[in-house]
Amino acid sequence: MEDKKINSDTSRAPKSVKPHTIKIEDTDGIGGKVKVTIDGVDVRVPFGTTILDAAKMINVHIPTLCHHEDLCVAGVCRVCVVDVEGQRTLQASCAYPITQPIVVHTTSPKVRRARRNIIDLLLSKHYGECYSCVRNNNCELQTLAKEYGVDKYRFGHITERRHEVDNSSYALRRDMDKCVLCRRCVRTCIDLQEVGVLGAIGRGDETVIGTFMDKPLADVICINCGQCINRCPTGALQANDPSDEIWNAIDDPKKHVVIQTAPSPRAGIGEEFGLEPGVPLTFEMNTALRRCGFDKVFDTNFTADLTIIEEGTELILRLYNALVKKDPQIALPQFTSCSPGWVKYIEHFYPEYLAHVSSSKSPQQMFGAVIKTYYAQINNIDPADIVTVALMPCSAKKFECNRPEMSDSGYKDVDYGLTTRELAQMIREAGIDLPRIPKSDFDDPFGSATGSGVIFGATGGVMEAALRTVFELVTGQIADPDALAGQVSEIRGFDGIKYKELTLPEKLGPVPDILRMNKDVPFDSWDWLSGATLKLAVAHGTANAKKVLDDIIAGGKFSECHFIEFMACPGGCLGGGGQPIPTTPEIRKARAKAIYSEDQAYEIRKSHDNPAVVELYVKFLTEGPNGHLAHKLLHTHYTPRGKYIA
Amino acid sequence: MSERKGYILFIDVEPNTGLKKALTKKRTEVIADIRNSGLKGRGGAGFPTGVKWNLAASASSDTKYVVCNADEGEPGTFKDRVILSEYTDDLLEGITIAGYAIGAETGIIYLRGEYEYLKKQIVDTIDKRRSEGWLGKNVGGKEVFNFDIEIRMGSGAYVCGEETALIESLEGQRGEPRNRPPFPVNTGFMGCPTIVNNVETLVTASRIIAKGVDWFTKYGIDKSTGTKVYSISGDCEKPGVYEFNIGITIAELLKEVGGGNAKAVVMGGASGRVVPAKDFAKTVAYVDAPTGGSVIVLGQERDMLDVAENFLEFFVEESCGQCTPCREGNPLLLDGVKRLKNGTCSMEYLQELMSLAETMQLASKCGLGQSSPNAFLSIIEHFETEIFGRVPVM
Repeated sequence: MEDKKINSDTSRAPKSVKPHTIKIEDTDGIGGKVKVTIDGVDVRVPFGTTILDAAKMINVHIPTLCHHEDLCVAGVCRVCVVDVEGQRTLQASCAYPITQPIVVHTTSPKVRRARRNIIDLLLSKHYGECYSCVRNNNCELQTLAKEYGVDKYRFGHITERRHEVDNSSYALRRDMDKCVLCRRCVRTCIDLQEVGVLGAIGRGDETVIGTFMDKPLADVICINCGQCINRCPTGALQANDPSDEIWNAIDDPKKHVVIQTAPSPRAGIGEEFGLEPGVPLTFEMNTALRRCGFDKVFDTNFTADLTIIEEGTELILRLYNALVKKDPQIALPQFTSCSPGWVKYIEHFYPEYLAHVSSSKSPQQMFGAVIKTYYAQINNIDPADIVTVALMPCSAKKFECNRPEMSDSGYKDVDYGLTTRELAQMIREAGIDLPRIPKSDFDDPFGSATGSGVIFGATGGVMEAALRTVFELVTGQIADPDALAGQVSEIRGFDGIKYKELTLPEKLGPVPDILRMNKDVPFDSWDWLSGATLKLAVAHGTANAKKVLDDIIAGGKFSECHFIEFMACPGGCLGGGGQPIPTTPEIRKARAKAIYSEDQAYEIRKSHDNPAVVELYVKFLTEGPNGHLAHKLLHTHYTPRGKYIA
Repeated sequence: MSERKGYILFIDVEPNTGLKKALTKKRTEVIADIRNSGLKGRGGAGFPTGVKWNLAASASSDTKYVVCNADEGEPGTFKDRVILSEYTDDLLEGITIAGYAIGAETGIIYLRGEYEYLKKQIVDTIDKRRSEGWLGKNVGGKEVFNFDIEIRMGSGAYVCGEETALIESLEGQRGEPRNRPPFPVNTGFMGCPTIVNNVETLVTASRIIAKGVDWFTKYGIDKSTGTKVYSISGDCEKPGVYEFNIGITIAELLKEVGGGNAKAVVMGGASGRVVPAKDFAKTVAYVDAPTGGSVIVLGQERDMLDVAENFLEFFVEESCGQCTPCREGNPLLLDGVKRLKNGTCSMEYLQELMSLAETMQLASKCGLGQSSPNAFLSIIEHFETEIFGRVPVM
C-alpha cells in the first residue's frame, strides 16, 4: 500500500527493524513468479512474497500477533509458524520470503501444537481478566485464544502485578502487565513515526517495553500521537480516558457541558458499532450526544474555518513582509499547527524551526477559547460553569488541552479531550444504538460549517481548504471546489510527502473586506502577488515530516516552499491515535472517502463563506483576522523542548 | 612454542605460509580449496565453510566483511580462549585469507567481554602484522588487496554468539537474532555480505591453505574431515583443551582424559545433548554426537536433574526475550525440573512440558531457543528411572 512509503531509507531506525532487502531476480522468466504449494493448493507468487501473504491470496488464514500491515517484519511472537517441507524447524510465515518453489503446511499437527503452546505461554503471563479490559471484544490475544479453543491456562496464569501502570502522560496509559511483547509499539514509534521513545529493556522473561531509563512517559520525548495504541494487539496501551469526569459534569446540573466534534470521528465511529469503515454517522452522533446529556453539540469545523482565516491571514502577512518588505526575520515556509503530535514533535526534534510554525491555535483550542468568552458572553453563562469537551480522533489533543498556555479565556479553554473510541463507549453505556437512531443537526451559533472544515480530517485537507479560500480571496473569482481539487489533485491521497506549485493569475481581485477589518494589514491591493507561484507541500506521519525538515535544513526544494501542512499521524487525523482499532491502509482510505463525500454534500464549502465565522468577526473579533483580540484568544506560542531527557 | 599435542591446529607452522600461498592463487581457487577440504564450521553448527565463503564471494556488493566470532560463551567451552592467546598470529592470518577469498577489506573480531584481558595481545599482534605489511594496503605486497582487522568487545550476552545477534550487537543494537533468511552472507553487517566464522574455523582454514587439501583430508572421517579441538571439563582426571582426530569415539576420548567411569557426557554444552554411558561408542562428529567443542563429563554421583536445572537456569538468564517460546518456555521447563526434583510434577504436566519443549525446538526464532530444551529432553529420555522415580503416581 502507498502508506508503506513512510518507511524511508533515511530512517534512523536500527537496521534490524527495517525490512531486509532481498534482491529480486527474475528466476522464472516473465514476471519472476515462484510456485508455492500451501495445504495442497498451488499458487504462483512474485519472488520474495512472504508465506503469510501467499496464504492470504488463496484464503488460507494463518493467525498472527506481532505482524501488522503498517509495520516491518518482526517475527517474534511465533504464532504464525508453518511447516515448510525440508526445513528442520517451523518457520514464521510473516518473515519467510518465498524465493524458490516450496511446499507449506499450515495446519499440520505439530504446527497446531506449537501455536496452541505459544498462545498458552502468552496467556500465562498476560495479567488481568478480559471483562475489566478496555479492549474486551477487540483484542487480538482474546481472538487467538478463542480461535485455538483455549479452555484453561495450561501453563498457569499470572495473578500478581509485575509492573506499575504508567499514568504519567495526559495522553497515554501504559499497562505493561498486559503486554505480550509483540513490539508493534516499538516499531511504530521508531520506524513508522521515527520518534523512538519505546524499546525493550531487560532480558528473557524479564523483558519489558520501556522508555529511556524506564522513565515515566510524560518525562520522555513522546509526542502523544497514540499510533502505538492503534497498533497494540491488547490493552497494554490505551488513551487516558476522561469519560468518568465527563459523566460527572453532565450529571452536575450547575454545569453547562458543550461538546465540539471534529470531522474524523464521524468517519470512524461506525466501525465501533460494527459498520464497514467509511460510513459517516455525523448526524446520528449529534442525536446520541444530546441523549448522553451534552447541553450543546457544536462542530469543530466552525473553528477549522476560523483557523483557515487566521492562519491564511498570517501566511499572507508573512509572504508580504518577507517578499515585499524583505524582512529577514520572517520565517518561511509557514508550517501548520493544528496537529498537536506534530507540534510536540517539532518542539522536541527541530526546536530551532519553531518560528516557522503558525501561531494560530488548532481548531480545538480556538473553539475552547471562543466558547468561554464570546459564547459565554452572548448566552450570559458564567464561563466558570462551562465544561468544554472536544471529541477528537486524537490522543495528543488530551495533552494539548492541558498545555499551561491554553487558558487565554481566563479558564482552561478545553477541559477534556475525548477520543472516538471513548465516545463510542459512552454511547454504548447510554444504551444508544448509534447507527439506527434519528439524525439531527448541530447547535447554533457554531453549527454552521463548511466542507473545508470537514476535509481537515484527511492528509492534505488543511492545504486544500486554505487554497479554496486563498484562491477566491486573492483572485476575486468564485473558486469551484471540485475544479480546484482537480487542479491540485497532487495534495490528496496517501503519498507520504506531496508537493504542488500553483501559479496565481496576473489579474487579481480587490483585497476583501474581511482582511480590511484588520487596520494593520499593510497593503491595499494584491499587485504584489500577481502571477506569483505558490510552492506548497504536505507531509503526514512524523517520519515524513522529518524528511521534509531535513531537506529544508539541507536547502532542498522544500526550503523554497511557502506553506507546508504537517500531520503527525499517517493518513492525517482520520488515522489518529484516538480512532477505532484496528487501523490499516484500507481502513484509512475508506475513512478518507467518507470525509471527501461529506465535503461534497455541504452547501457551503469554503471557510470564508461560513456565515458564523463572518458574524464572529463582525460582532466579537472586530479588529479582524490577526487583530488584537484574535491574537489574544486564537494564537499561541511554543516551547523549545529539545531531545535531552532530564 | 606450544606444548599442546595436535595434528592440524596445535602444530607449529611458519607464520604466513597460508597467506602467502593464498595470495598467489585466485580468490576462487582459495574458496575451492576450502570447499574441497570439507571443512565444516567449528562453532558447532557445522555449516560447510567453503559454501559459506562462496555465497559471500558471489554476493554482489562493493563492501563485504569477515567477522571472527570470538564470543565463546557456551558453558564448558574454553578452547577458543587457548587459540586466541596461543595462536593469535595464525588467527589473524586466517581472517586475512578469508577476507582475500570473499573480497572483503575489513575483518572484525567480536571478542567475548570476559576475554578483555586478551585484547591487548591481539591488538599488539594486529599492529605488528600491519607494520610487517600483512595488514593494511596491498597486503603481503599483493596489489589491490587492502585488508585490516579491528576488535569489538562483547558485553557478556550468550545470545551474541548467534551470528545475527552478533551482527546486531556490532551495529550498536540490542543483541537479538534477526530473521533468517536473509542470511548474513547476503545481508549481514551494515546490510553487506558478511561471513561469520568461529576462531578455530579460521585458523584451520589457514592451515588448509598452508599445507594443502590432501594433507588435511588425511585426518578425520569421510563426512567430517580434519580434527577438532575440545574443551573437556567435569568429572575426569585431566580436564583441558585437546585436539583429536574426528572419528574418535566418546569412550576413547574419555580414556584420554581419565573419565572412564562417567555416567554420561554432555556434548555441546548447555545447548547440547546428554549422552548416557550405553552410547559411549558413538563417534564424536557432526552427525553422531555433535559439539562445538564442549564436553562435560558427568560422574556416577551426579544427579541428572541438577544438570538440567543448572542448564535451564542458564537459559532463563540468557534468553534475549524476543520470541515467545524461548522467553516464556525456559522458565516453565526450569520450574518443571524443580517440580520433578521435589516430586510434585504429575505425569500429565510432564507431558505438557515435553510438548512445550518440542515447540521450543521447532518454533523458537534462533538456535538458542531451539536448542535450550535439548538437555531437558535427553535427560528425560535416557534417565527415565532416575527421574520418574520422583514423580508421584497419579
